[in-house]
Amino acid sequence: MSAPILTVQDLTMRFGGLTAVDRVSFTAEAGAITALIGPNGAGKTTVFNCITGFYRPSAGALLLRPAEGASIALQTLKDHAIARAGVARTFQNIRLFAGMTVLENLLVAQHLALTEATFWGIGAMFGSRRYKEAERAAIDRAVSWLEATNLIARADDPAGALPYGAQRRLEIARAMCTGPRLLCLDEPAAGLNPRESEELAALLLAIRDGRAATPDPTSILLIEHDMGIVMGISDQVVVLDHGKRIAAGAPAAVRADPHVIAAYLGEDETEEVAP
Amino acid sequence: MSQPRKGMAAALRDAALATAVAFGLFVIMVGLRTDVAPSGALFLRTRWPDVALLCGLVFAGRLVMSLWQARPRAPAAPKLGGTMQRAGRALGPALLAAALLLPFTPGIGRYELDLGILVLTYIMLGWGLNIVVGLAGLLDLGYVAFYAVGAYSYALLAQAFGLGFWVCLPLAGILAAFWGILLGFPVLRLRGDYLAIVTLAFGEIIRIVLLNWTDLTGGPNGIGGIPRPSFFGLPFNMSGEPGTFAGFFGLEPDPVHRVIFLYYLILALALLTNWVSVRLRRQPIGRAWEALREDEIACRALGINVTTTKLTAFALGAMFGGFAGAFFATRQGFISPESFTFIESAIILAIVVLGGLGSQLGVAIAALVMIGGFELFRDLEEWRMLVFGTAMVVIMVVKPRGLVGSRTPTVALGERRAIGSEHVQEGRG
Repeated sequence: MSAPILTVQDLTMRFGGLTAVDRVSFTAEAGAITALIGPNGAGKTTVFNCITGFYRPSAGALLLRPAEGASIALQTLKDHAIARAGVARTFQNIRLFAGMTVLENLLVAQHLALTEATFWGIGAMFGSRRYKEAERAAIDRAVSWLEATNLIARADDPAGALPYGAQRRLEIARAMCTGPRLLCLDEPAAGLNPRESEELAALLLAIRDGRAATPDPTSILLIEHDMGIVMGISDQVVVLDHGKRIAAGAPAAVRADPHVIAAYLGEDETEEVAP
Repeated sequence: MSQPRKGMAAALRDAALATAVAFGLFVIMVGLRTDVAPSGALFLRTRWPDVALLCGLVFAGRLVMSLWQARPRAPAAPKLGGTMQRAGRALGPALLAAALLLPFTPGIGRYELDLGILVLTYIMLGWGLNIVVGLAGLLDLGYVAFYAVGAYSYALLAQAFGLGFWVCLPLAGILAAFWGILLGFPVLRLRGDYLAIVTLAFGEIIRIVLLNWTDLTGGPNGIGGIPRPSFFGLPFNMSGEPGTFAGFFGLEPDPVHRVIFLYYLILALALLTNWVSVRLRRQPIGRAWEALREDEIACRALGINVTTTKLTAFALGAMFGGFAGAFFATRQGFISPESFTFIESAIILAIVVLGGLGSQLGVAIAALVMIGGFELFRDLEEWRMLVFGTAMVVIMVVKPRGLVGSRTPTVALGERRAIGSEHVQEGRG
């Protein structure tokens, strides 16, 4: 394994008196799939929201290793700046631009590249050639991701009209169109049928290895409840419970960890009765 | 067979309930009236037949509406949508051609041209507000403030520095855009209803400042003697000298020349607004506005700076409001805070909502229907508002998302197909 792409150090997030995430540390290796698992309310999504800038952490550090140069401290950046630094995310409850077509969704994701190509859109206003080229490149990129996610036939349909599984894939394609270095997926398999889950697992492996639509391998951080997927594709698993990290390591090792079994199946009640 | 009967019973029950509510209201508001008797004493007059008539109207209206809404839906809706779309594509150019030829159509006099100028002003304002409300999904109830800023900018700049209309027009737009950004900053964090309240307050603040800052704005007396526009340096006047419009072109001096010029001026300004919005919609910034309307959180996750995106929408919308304001000032020659009350904002917003959020053609038709229709019903006198209100209610019942509720995609691999209003979000600020 190479150096970590994301280092989480003593991440703490408090909401008033409630400590949702308590001094959690872990690393996500570059070019690997890291899964974040844990029972409901363990703080997984809170960790995600801290990494992607939707929450400002109460304490701790989040370091993203860029392609070159010094690491970026994500906890000091605003959410859109984090996305620009190369962290893309999807949402637990799908957030697509429902009234825009599938293709438009993917073009919005390439907003930055398109805006830069046109000097703040002023060149685009007057139909500059540079903008036309940039837009064609953006459409090509969108099409290659639509092919990779098997959505090309629906490119001109409104995103809101797609079936649920297709919306999940579109959200991943949209996140990938931003050209991220780290892709954060919040329960991508929720609500999928077994066949769709298998396709999703294959897609995630292809994204990790750079076989999907872009040749660049992309590291993935994944929250998932479907243990079949987690154990099948993850290179590394981090387990949270009640806001604390209780285990981390290879899938097989984590599965055998007594703390993890206790967290998922309930601890032996008799030990806790004594005052 | 039992299904329609059940629907009928429900509709009757519904209509009876509405009638009961109407009765409760009208029995006091219409049925009882205090009048002065010949002796000078007050006495109570009753008008039960009027109450009965009104309740009957409510019953019939509500019954028709329920039955209409419960009618079996035609399954061939998409095909109908296709023909509508084709008709719509032809309608835009047809309206444009009619607008271009209007001054030279026989039977069109000064009154019709003035009405045309008024309608075009509202079309332009509607298109300007459409950027903010329709595309970016930010509910702005104080749009008239930018109209006022534009009008006063032109009036004050022209009077204090003697600047001409063509210099003041961009300045008025820039100043209005500046105020748009100024309003944008504090309200960036607000959404939906809260945003609406603050923009409403902003509109009122501007009006009250104009009303009370007597030294600068003349207060309630307004500003008079605003320079009228010239035809690129050639003034319109009746003398017919070589330095005037009529003299230069060798025409008989006629006051209608200026009206025709003003008509084409506002038509050009409105078309500029339309051109910019249509172009921008296909640019990254326009797509970002629409994405913002659809889902702000997803925008943030994609690296779109929500702050600047919202501010550009406010600034551009305000700029076109400012242009329209400068035009208004030069057309009227006199402005006062009375022209910039909340009802103006409400009318512009109603045009955008009735036309269909984000639809250029819908807004134009709605402005034509609302402003033109309002003039058409002038003979009805005090019933005008009632007819007008009823018409608006009918449009909203029949087309809840405005005259043109569908959205045309900005880009497509194949054929561009309109997106039904059931998918398009209305924006929550």
